[in-house]
Amino acid sequence: MKVGESVRRPDGQAKVHGSFVYSSDLHVDGMLWGATVRSPHPHARILSIEAAAARAMPGVHAVLTHADVPGEKLYGLEIADQPVLAIDEVNYWGEAVALVAADHPEQARRAAAAVKVEYEVLPPVTRAEDGRVLRHVKIRHGDQSAHAEVVVRGDYEIGMQDQAPLGPESGLAIPDGAGGVDLHIATQWLHVDQQQLASILALPREKVRLTMAGIGGAFGSREDLSMQAHACLLAIRTGSPVKIAYSRPESFVGHVHRHPGTLVYEHGADRDGKLVYVKARILLDGGAYASSSTAVIANATCFSCGPYLMPNATIDGIVVYTNNPPCGAMRGFGSVQNCYAHEAQMDKLAAALGMDPVELRIKNALKTGDRLITGQIIDGPVPVAELLRRVRAFPEPAGDGLMPGGYSNTTHGEGVKRGVGYAAGFKNIGYSEGFDDYSTARVRLFVHEGRPRVEVHSAAAEVGQGVVMVQAQIAGSVLGVNDVVVLNADTGVGSAGSSSASRQTYITGGAVQAAAEAVRARVIELGESELGGELPVGNEAALATLLGDAVIEETREFRPRATHHLDPETGQSDAHMQFAFAAHRAIVDVDTELGLVKVVELTTAQDVGKAINPLAVEGQLEGGAAQGLGLAVMEEIQLKDGVIRNASFTDYLLPTMLDMPPVKMDILELGDPNSPYGLKGVGEPPTISSGPAIVAAIRAATGREIDRVPVRPHDLTL
Amino acid sequence: MQFFQPATWVEALETKAAHPEAVPIAGGTDVMVELNLDHNRPPAFIDLTRIGELTEWGMEDGLLRVGAGVTYTRLVDELGDRLPALAIASRTVGSPQIRNRGTVGGNLGTASPAGDALPPLLACDAQVELASTSGARRVPVREFFTGPKRNAMKKDELIAAYWVASAPGPQQFAKVGTRNAMVIAVCSFALALDPTRRIAGTGIGSAGPTPLRATEADEFIAGELDWANHTRPSEATLARFGELVAAAAKPIDDVRGTADYRRHALAVMARRCLSWCWN
Repeated sequence: MKVGESVRRPDGQAKVHGSFVYSSDLHVDGMLWGATVRSPHPHARILSIEAAAARAMPGVHAVLTHADVPGEKLYGLEIADQPVLAIDEVNYWGEAVALVAADHPEQARRAAAAVKVEYEVLPPVTRAEDGRVLRHVKIRHGDQSAHAEVVVRGDYEIGMQDQAPLGPESGLAIPDGAGGVDLHIATQWLHVDQQQLASILALPREKVRLTMAGIGGAFGSREDLSMQAHACLLAIRTGSPVKIAYSRPESFVGHVHRHPGTLVYEHGADRDGKLVYVKARILLDGGAYASSSTAVIANATCFSCGPYLMPNATIDGIVVYTNNPPCGAMRGFGSVQNCYAHEAQMDKLAAALGMDPVELRIKNALKTGDRLITGQIIDGPVPVAELLRRVRAFPEPAGDGLMPGGYSNTTHGEGVKRGVGYAAGFKNIGYSEGFDDYSTARVRLFVHEGRPRVEVHSAAAEVGQGVVMVQAQIAGSVLGVNDVVVLNADTGVGSAGSSSASRQTYITGGAVQAAAEAVRARVIELGESELGGELPVGNEAALATLLGDAVIEETREFRPRATHHLDPETGQSDAHMQFAFAAHRAIVDVDTELGLVKVVELTTAQDVGKAINPLAVEGQLEGGAAQGLGLAVMEEIQLKDGVIRNASFTDYLLPTMLDMPPVKMDILELGDPNSPYGLKGVGEPPTISSGPAIVAAIRAATGREIDRVPVRPHDLTL
Repeated sequence: MQFFQPATWVEALETKAAHPEAVPIAGGTDVMVELNLDHNRPPAFIDLTRIGELTEWGMEDGLLRVGAGVTYTRLVDELGDRLPALAIASRTVGSPQIRNRGTVGGNLGTASPAGDALPPLLACDAQVELASTSGARRVPVREFFTGPKRNAMKKDELIAAYWVASAPGPQQFAKVGTRNAMVIAVCSFALALDPTRRIAGTGIGSAGPTPLRATEADEFIAGELDWANHTRPSEATLARFGELVAAAAKPIDDVRGTADYRRHALAVMARRCLSWCWN
């Protein structure tokens, strides 16, 4: 159990065998089932809610509306603007209006259908161009009237992607009989849920206790509240445990999505291919409520030029309110949308200059000590050019012989052309813009059955990324103990921050390291007094003897270096804590007559600083690339007048085994001087440049200008 | 909700006669989706999986009679040489788990324009054997589909089998989907040639309210093909065939694709299928 070893995750076998208990499997005797009444309109005034008929149905224990919310009626991660239950207006299709608790889930759904809500339908705002501005981030860097010899322009459109976690939103709220509640929940951040719930329920925080339940993925979709407050309200009202578990269609309206966007770019370079300037306008549709839109647009703007040295930049990043489904956090967090645009621009520029697209990127690649468009000097290893050289150096594969269309027998080779594309991307790790980033860990050392045991307790949400093993490995390494138990995350210990922004290994890893080192220092002290200075760390038998009945426990908070607000007029600031880089090469076969794509291979190189658990790192690089592939060629929530038309996995398509090629990877461990073990966050970079590389490869195969993702068959043929 | 599990075919037909609103279920790959998504809550189900004869196939009166309960996996494994278009189509259905459960009987019962097995049955001029307590009848597949998810079955009937000739000549099937597996057809096309009778059959999926046959294309290509000497049809002939197939479609724009793309893709698939059949 050491840092740097490939360790298998403890829940892997149970998940494969089907015995893992997900939050949707939670059960206690006598529990009720909650169901949600949702708006059938993207925008309407609520004239009346008639619940008497539903209340009178057998087995129905409660019907609640906004009037039953005892505390704050609005919540939100950055801005409290979203009603727990709609008050006098609904602002998106599927917005929660009322709640029902009943003995049986079917009866709860029927009672929900029996709640009569009278609406006055209002015209919805469904085009971002018509939306109300939520945040406008400006970057004014360098010469604002710079001119260049070679100029390329492009308009790009990004569709709305869903995180599509395989486990829909679900949890179980159990009233404690003393006015408080225990919530078992699959979430990304226990303490921010607790803070919002305490405010909604008008309870002190200690009366709202959260325990992490088995999670089926997150990818950003579990940062905002979904059914948490609803289950707690029903449980407190009925005095019974209440479970809510969304169906897949309900999940599509139960969480935020990746922002769709339109991006207009102009790049200027000199004849030798040195970048001179970028002017860009990035417009993201935030949907009905703020969620984390204000942070997403900051990222989209800060990283809008990609990992290249850009002396002059004029960037306007705007996120707006509309009556579309709310958008917020998803893996990549603003850096995915802009990567499609800046990488398409780099290829256009290479074509205009007659240069090789990889050479153009290498020529302009960011290096240590360069200044970002936000004015921040970038420190630590910045291996952008090296990553590009490495992916280019991999031998090109023949592929597995499967044609575009897979087994659907659409081609025997007719119309099939191969293309190769490259992309590079980067983003921030951890929180930015002055947000207090910290985590808390408690480490306890004692003798269990004659051997030293370490217990680690934090509130870090295991969302599938492997933070449980990371904590065990770090504590085990520091204390030289093999028997390490990581307790289930709950609010019985201080906040760990969210499992997002690729930050948990860094921040909670840092907290565990600090707490374990504090325990180690106490062991050394004990050794000095008992053994005259001998250090038993690393010798389990000696350590057990030394400890005897003693329990050594230390709790530590860990903070990385501070970040600062963006200047509102120029966007200049040291706004970010760490940066992570990746590059991808994609090889595709395209049936150019039918517009069908087979991604033959994805190759990536990424600097992870230090791989704490190499097996888990590989999993992140592969899974992240699959999510990038999804947005590039198939994943899109399709909206018509604010209504989702494909809220199911029948029509919201995710990549299958036959769509996702093997990922060849070159994992660099260059060591960041500022971070624990030199590590960098790894979860998001794989999702940033994988898709743009695929689209570049499709352009190469077809010769078509593709300015929209996901790429659809008719985009390639008609 | 009532759940019947008849042990014999006769008992199944009696149950259906007594409970005409009961929905038959075999693999459940359509029925369970409807149920789980709350789209349909029928008052009763008739489980047909205990009736062994529904899962049998054999030659009768010079035709293949295939039980409605033969799964897609078995069609691929056991009937690939006799019913090549249907076997190719069966390979495109869902995932291995779905193919292990799903049946052509269910595809016919659901009568979705996107049913993968339906264009091959149309192209091969298959017949559907419907049964009730008053007896059995055979309905040509061409007359079976009466509208979107509607068919010619009477309330008291169950699908017993389908009848189809063992392939007298080359057959092909192709399906466009926006991923490489587990996808509902954006559109699909089947072609069956009968060199002895010098006729051609086509089937179009997911490009109209029902599965369609491109009759003009059938007649055109039957007249154009050089049945005697087997010379290659000209590019112009292939293109014209594609145009006629596309013209026979009645597609719409929906979440899976546009009408224009469907017509375009049908023309490409028709051309390719014909060239594969003839080479």
